[in-house]
Amino acid sequence: MTPSLNLWLIPALPLLGAAINGLFGRRFSRQTVAAIALAFCGGALACVLFVWARFSSLELPHTELLAHWIRSGDFYVNFEFYLDQLTLVMLLVVTGVGFLIHIYSVGYMWEEGGFYRFFSYLNLFMFFMLTLVLAGNYLQMFIGWEGVGLASYLLIGFWFTKDSAASAGKKAFIVNRIGDFGFLIALFLLIKHFNSLNFQQVFSGVQTGVENGAITVGLLTAVGLLLMVGAAGKSAQIPLYVWLPDAMEGPTPVSALIHAATMVTAGVYMVARSHIIFDHAPNALTVVAIIGTLTALFAATIGIAQTDIKKVLAYSTISQLGYMFLGCGVAAYSAGIFHLMTHAFFKGLLFLAAGSVIHSIGGEQDMRKMGGLKQYIPWTFLTMSIATFAIAGFWPLAGFFSKDEILWQAFSSKHGSWAYWLIGVITAFITSFYMFRLWFMTFFGDYRGRSSASHAEPAHAHASHGHDHGDPHESPMIMLVPLIILAVLSFCGGWINFNGHFEHFLAPVFHTATAEPLTDIEAQAAEHSTEYLLMGISLAAAALGLYLAYLLYCKRPELPQKISDTLDGFYDTVVHKYYVDEIYATLFVKPLVIGSTRILWHGVDQGVIDAAINDAADGANHVSDAARHMQSGNLRSYAGWIAAGGAVVIAYMIWLGVR
Amino acid sequence: MVPVSYYLVLSGILFSCGVVGFLIKRNIITIFMSIELMLNGVNLSFVAFAARWGHLSGQVFVFFVMVVAAAEAAVGLAIIIAVYRTRETLNVDQVNLLKL
Repeated sequence: MTPSLNLWLIPALPLLGAAINGLFGRRFSRQTVAAIALAFCGGALACVLFVWARFSSLELPHTELLAHWIRSGDFYVNFEFYLDQLTLVMLLVVTGVGFLIHIYSVGYMWEEGGFYRFFSYLNLFMFFMLTLVLAGNYLQMFIGWEGVGLASYLLIGFWFTKDSAASAGKKAFIVNRIGDFGFLIALFLLIKHFNSLNFQQVFSGVQTGVENGAITVGLLTAVGLLLMVGAAGKSAQIPLYVWLPDAMEGPTPVSALIHAATMVTAGVYMVARSHIIFDHAPNALTVVAIIGTLTALFAATIGIAQTDIKKVLAYSTISQLGYMFLGCGVAAYSAGIFHLMTHAFFKGLLFLAAGSVIHSIGGEQDMRKMGGLKQYIPWTFLTMSIATFAIAGFWPLAGFFSKDEILWQAFSSKHGSWAYWLIGVITAFITSFYMFRLWFMTFFGDYRGRSSASHAEPAHAHASHGHDHGDPHESPMIMLVPLIILAVLSFCGGWINFNGHFEHFLAPVFHTATAEPLTDIEAQAAEHSTEYLLMGISLAAAALGLYLAYLLYCKRPELPQKISDTLDGFYDTVVHKYYVDEIYATLFVKPLVIGSTRILWHGVDQGVIDAAINDAADGANHVSDAARHMQSGNLRSYAGWIAAGGAVVIAYMIWLGVR
Repeated sequence: MVPVSYYLVLSGILFSCGVVGFLIKRNIITIFMSIELMLNGVNLSFVAFAARWGHLSGQVFVFFVMVVAAAEAAVGLAIIIAVYRTRETLNVDQVNLLKL
């Protein structure tokens, strides 16, 4: 029995911070609010580091029971925490990146209204995310799952007076609800067939059930697919990805924390956590891989034509999440988790750096109005460059290792196929292209911001600051330090998988998934030469993307216009994101709105419910109005009524007697 | 012997006369007399049944009713006199306010 680590402290600390700031923050100064938020978030980080330090002495998986929750017959659910290598990785990513983003937010949000509210929500998000990651059963995971959705909703709609932000928040929440529906059904199936939601019990139930034939593959496929529906909602995969680009309405640190580094990876985590179910359901696994691959490619192509710096990053996030699902879908869960981790570093950094860019030029998000910023904001430029090279997959930065691992697994795993690999490489090329497009448009050439004196539409609440932005200026130190730390992590983060170290670390979690080591030296050598070949190809793809972006956006900036003119119709389609939002609006939203208005509102609500109540009231009114006249105040009429009543009673009694 | 139903029919007629008089008359003394008529109509059926079954309780009831009626007459006539002194009318429709 390993000693208790008080794991409950890890989520409880941010919750406490959220409560203090949320309840009393209005009266605190900004310094106090920031100190509280940072202290409680940092406390969670410290707890995680403590757990990490004790990790080697633990008996894994380590579980801690906090309280009993639901007991119904022999079915029960507890508040319990589950710690293994996967959890630890997620904890470190969430608290580490989360803490850095908290620090950054202090600088970024300093001049915003609702400062305390922002940090309260941010801490609340940390609480739910840590609950999700530490959960020992699916229901507790679901609490965190819903909770991060709530925090995401609150933070996307942080500038709630702006209509687009409010509706983006609603969109995110509603689209996520569709995914949650799938997740819930999966939980019901698990309860029905395993009578438990506890991870260990379900997983051992799956193992034994498959062995003795009590559990069919069809059931596991259904559960897997439903879980994937949930994951697709939370992690913005086809067909539920539409909320993530809109979610960029939130403050940039939120985009970095929730919509890049942590929350959107919850789906990947959940699939990896449920890997035993997926391992026994190859069809579900294939679906995961196909969805991941398609999403990666699809979102990347949309990313090419976006002009809003955050939208580019949003589509890039969707695309990278697609990679993670591809990794999970070929049963290379550790590769998916590895990419999740490096992605948290470099995409968190990209968003924060983009926030720094936006901050420096007074809230402008349109890349066409940037350019030449590298001499104004050298630190942001430097860190963003590292992140860009990392996501594009250049050696020896973090993205290279993780992406390459996924591509290699997609090619070589027994669930893999060359098609996954090919699409993956094409996506890598596109990724490199649009990221360098962003890079060149933002930092090179001439600054194009001043020419447009009046912003047609303030894309960001920053624009309403009022203070005149002269030259772009570098962000304060409190924002730069997290950038630099994340830049270091984006640079070195990939090295931890040197010699497959990271995969070995995670191997006990994914025991059934790890490939049996090749004993044959020659086969191993052949494997290696293929691997190096593929690695070379993906590097070449990244370099090609860099060159193309350089050609189009730095050397000959008039070319993109010409190309888009020649590709008129197709270009338009891509700019409009393949009209997916419009298609969804026509297919789902509009019928729903019309149906709700005509049938539910006018028909059922007004026609049946309101009508029933109103008619009942009217009827009562009429009857009472008629009866009212009996109460004339005339004594003799009362006596007459009494006499009449008596007569009726007597008549009745006589009738009874006669009968 | 006169059958009991005769008494009952007479009692019903008397009571109905009382009711009708009570309802249609406006003179308070007539109304008062109508009430007496109703009471006596009921008394008649009491004594008829008492005689029919040989029980005393019906007759005892009649005495009670007569006592109450006498008390009522005393109080009621006093009120009527008081009303007449202040309002100078015996029409009940004009005596619809308790205060002056």
